Amino acid sequence: MSAELYQALIMDRSKNPRFAGALADYDAAADGENPMCGDRTKVFIKRDGMQVGHESRGCAIMLASADLMAEAVAGLDAAHVNELSRAFEATVTSGAADDRLGALNALAGVHEYRSRIKCATLPWTALRDALNGDV
Amino acid sequence: MNFVARKPFDVEAVRQDFPILSQRVHGKKLVFLDSGASAQKPRAVIDAMVAVMQTRYANVHRGLHYMSEKCSDDYEAVRDKTAAFLNAASRDEIVFTRNATESINLVAHSYGRGVLQAGDAVVVSEMEHHANLVPWQMLRDAHGVELRIVKITDAGEIDWESLEAVFADGRVKLLAITHMSNVLGTYTPVERLAAFAHARGAKILLDGSQAVVHRRVDVQAIDADFYVFSGHKLYGPTGIGVLYGKAALLDLMPPFLGGGDMIGSVAYQNSTWAKPPYRFEAGTPAIIETIGLGAAIDYVNAIGFDAIAAHERELTEHALAVLAGIDGLQVLGAAQDRGGVISFVLDGIHAHDVATLLDRQGIAVRAGHHCAEPLMGRLGVSSTARATFGLYTTLEEIDALAAGIKRVQQVFA
Repeated sequence: MSAELYQALIMDRSKNPRFAGALADYDAAADGENPMCGDRTKVFIKRDGMQVGHESRGCAIMLASADLMAEAVAGLDAAHVNELSRAFEATVTSGAADDRLGALNALAGVHEYRSRIKCATLPWTALRDALNGDV
Repeated sequence: MNFVARKPFDVEAVRQDFPILSQRVHGKKLVFLDSGASAQKPRAVIDAMVAVMQTRYANVHRGLHYMSEKCSDDYEAVRDKTAAFLNAASRDEIVFTRNATESINLVAHSYGRGVLQAGDAVVVSEMEHHANLVPWQMLRDAHGVELRIVKITDAGEIDWESLEAVFADGRVKLLAITHMSNVLGTYTPVERLAAFAHARGAKILLDGSQAVVHRRVDVQAIDADFYVFSGHKLYGPTGIGVLYGKAALLDLMPPFLGGGDMIGSVAYQNSTWAKPPYRFEAGTPAIIETIGLGAAIDYVNAIGFDAIAAHERELTEHALAVLAGIDGLQVLGAAQDRGGVISFVLDGIHAHDVATLLDRQGIAVRAGHHCAEPLMGRLGVSSTARATFGLYTTLEEIDALAAGIKRVQQVFA
């Protein structure tokens, strides 16, 4: 069957996340929740050197998105994180891959499922809230 | 599989009546298992709606001209048809609304504020659609009526001990409850519930949105005070719903919305209200959709509810048997009397992933909380996948669902 969205990378990161769990020493955290399906993520950030961790419960798309996000933004400054966030949103909406996104392009296939786009963007919304939050 | 193989009606012939079923999805044959959200439309409904626009259309109840009279006749004929469909005692007990949600809101507003008093209690169950919960919360907050929740058992049936308890102090004046759960497929024992409520001085409102599709409903035999349903789940169009109310109760109720059609006479300072049902039908109604509903009622009546109910039973038994054979799948609820609404969860796989991967195979199911968020909490899940059956659903489609679920499990293996 056609399961391009559910490729190996997404399945792997949803089952074996590399960045799961609260950071021991974080500056800010923010929750993201999709009440339609109960998906929930909490994103923790440490601004200096940009580290991100997440505690997520939900569908494979959201879990993989959270984990790939944490990996992609590691070491970036806030301006770069925001740029990546906008690029990611554009890609999951249009389906067009973007070189800046690297492994995150695996989620481009979600654009075919309008109702699932918010699964992919939920961790990014939480990340933005954390970045805007109080230290 | 141990079920009686019978062909109460020709499902292939029925399928021919629904043009959309020949559509393909992602290059696959469409397997539509989401009729509980909204059913597909037979040619007869589509044609009836086109015909009224092409040949007999004008506003109703106002014109002194030919078209208005013809169109009013067609529109009002549907009221007779709907009254017969529910076996109402009178056509005046049939109020046309937008959908079941609006019907319940109408009762919550007009009966709730016009008849119920602060300190009275309204009871709903743990397995209501949001449409039969939120309007009562709004009434509670605006009018001081208490809202009580009757529990369900783990099997998904009404907990009668809990029902006794919530009625114990004699303050309950209305039991508002589903006739068939849109999540668990449970049919509630509506005659028994009505007798229970009446014996304690309460009225009963039944949400028949799911039940009316599968079983013959007789509001007099049930002794229902209010009964609501939506046209679009009954193979009719969107935008038309029905409120049945006993004449004596509708008479007591003030209007819901104000405007044309619902008045006796109007002066600048004051107006008088029309009698029911027109008191509750302000403004130009959904004329074309109402005529579509009439065609849908004719359509299901022509097939007959004995055949429809037998088909639903066969599909439900087959689905429960097939799904029970899938490791890592749990069907929610285990009511004795259940029908063609089956919610399930797969171990380790989120319902949205299930729905997306089934969709890739052309299989349409619903995933989420099914507008029953509190029930999800009661069942200990955040969301479920749900397959619902219609007249046109086949045993082969249920087998396709089972095969599709196994493929989903392979992706997640």
